[in-house]
Amino acid sequence: MASGAPLTTRQDRDAARRVRRRRAIAVSSLSTVVVLGGLAAFVLTSPGWPSVRRTFLSSSNFGHSIGHVAAGFWLDVRMFLVVEVVVLAAGLVIALIRVLDLPALFPLKILAVVFVDVMRGVPTILVVYLIGFGLPALQLTGVPTSAVVLGGLALSLCYSAYVSEVFRAGIESVHPSQGSAALALGLTRGQALRHVIVPQAVRRVVPPLLNDFISLQKDVALVSIIGPQEAFRVAQIFSDANFNYTPLIAAALLYLCVTIPLTRFVDHLQIRSLRERGGLLALGPH
Amino acid sequence: MSTGAGSTGAAVLELRGVTKTYGERPVLRGIDLELHEHRAVALIGASGSGKSTLMRCVDLLEEIDDGDILLDGEPMTVPGRNPVPFRRRLGFVFQAYNLFPHMNVMQNVVLGAVKGGGMKSADAHERGMELLGRFGLADRSRDYPDRLSGGQQQRVAIVRALVTQPRALLLDEVTSALDPELVGEVLGVIRELKHEGMTMLIATHEMSFARDVADEVCYLQDGRIVERGKPDQMFTAPRSADTQRFLSRLLDRG
Repeated sequence: MASGAPLTTRQDRDAARRVRRRRAIAVSSLSTVVVLGGLAAFVLTSPGWPSVRRTFLSSSNFGHSIGHVAAGFWLDVRMFLVVEVVVLAAGLVIALIRVLDLPALFPLKILAVVFVDVMRGVPTILVVYLIGFGLPALQLTGVPTSAVVLGGLALSLCYSAYVSEVFRAGIESVHPSQGSAALALGLTRGQALRHVIVPQAVRRVVPPLLNDFISLQKDVALVSIIGPQEAFRVAQIFSDANFNYTPLIAAALLYLCVTIPLTRFVDHLQIRSLRERGGLLALGPH
Repeated sequence: MSTGAGSTGAAVLELRGVTKTYGERPVLRGIDLELHEHRAVALIGASGSGKSTLMRCVDLLEEIDDGDILLDGEPMTVPGRNPVPFRRRLGFVFQAYNLFPHMNVMQNVVLGAVKGGGMKSADAHERGMELLGRFGLADRSRDYPDRLSGGQQQRVAIVRALVTQPRALLLDEVTSALDPELVGEVLGVIRELKHEGMTMLIATHEMSFARDVADEVCYLQDGRIVERGKPDQMFTAPRSADTQRFLSRLLDRG
């Protein structure tokens, strides 16, 4: 057996591999052309296309509105940044209240559970509406009346609930032996959480947290229903004035400018953390 | 560090009738044990005999149901007493090392000393560096645990337990998770510590090591110490039939 000539040579295998690769490239190019071409033909030959083009893709309307929509978008970005910081802090505090087994915290724990259940169960747009119009109606002194602040508060409440669940999952995923090791070193429970458990939990939940932030970045537009002139609101005002929806497309493009890079960044982080744990090996050699 | 207890012959660690139950299942049924200064006691016994639970109870990582555990004559297991100061006077090394993966070797080593023991950071670093150097890890102080072999990780875990200069070291099957060729380097470290007079309680499956290092060997079965004695006597002429069966099973296997 061992002395016989090999049945296949390295050249044979390399040649076969080249043929397979060339065929794959040809098939994917062809199917891309067919699918995209078909879609374009379908839309462009539709009876309503000329009027859609006029009302949604008018370059003059785009030019007139883009500056104002971008100014509105700047408000979105600022709200997003402030709300994000509030949500990170509040989410972590709520998660800690829920995982800590301290008798003194028991009433807070019940509150935290109810809060998370309610905020996750009610549509964000409803919370924005209720906070935006309900809180000022109480006519309490010290309650903010600015629609931007109230809208930001509503978003902070909703997203703190989501993010606290992400943090809680992260904290619970840290193996109990890490806590034992910290206690054995003479750390208090608080020190063990702060130096050992929470840092590991936060590292693990960075990708899901960023996912929540991408959706927060978009949901800032919901605040428009209580008045602030953010991108969607500004675009709507322009559309209503000119019976042309192009400003909405402008607003959509502005959102994409932020969310697509963020999404790619999250993908990158997820792949990196998978690779660190050797997870991608299971998906094949490439 | 408290001294003087050793000269009177008082035990560093003393267990009196220690009982522990998980739900309905009794794990420890009245353990009596004394560990004197500069001595090493080895706990042997099959998996599930209660060795690890006993170690965790001594470090107050588990609450006992009955009995007392004393450190330098001071009862640690009085209900309501804060366990943290007692844990700071003991060093614990785990089977699975349990290093903190988000900290490098030096950060792992000094965390307990600085945050728990109140040692100055510079002093803890200096002492940590000295210990790492002694155990051949001087050049690894900035590495993260996942860059180290199992044997290196376990040596770091031993250094981490030693930095605070504990009264006694609790070693819970510290070689059981290691590849066979890495066991020797960890046992070497423990032998060295024994020569320097470290007081140790050792749960182990390594019988030749137990015979070599321990001053006394206790055979645990079903949560009881069935037999105890000098290593030579225990391994060559065990009195109890249970001990004989356990040791001969090990011989058959290995």
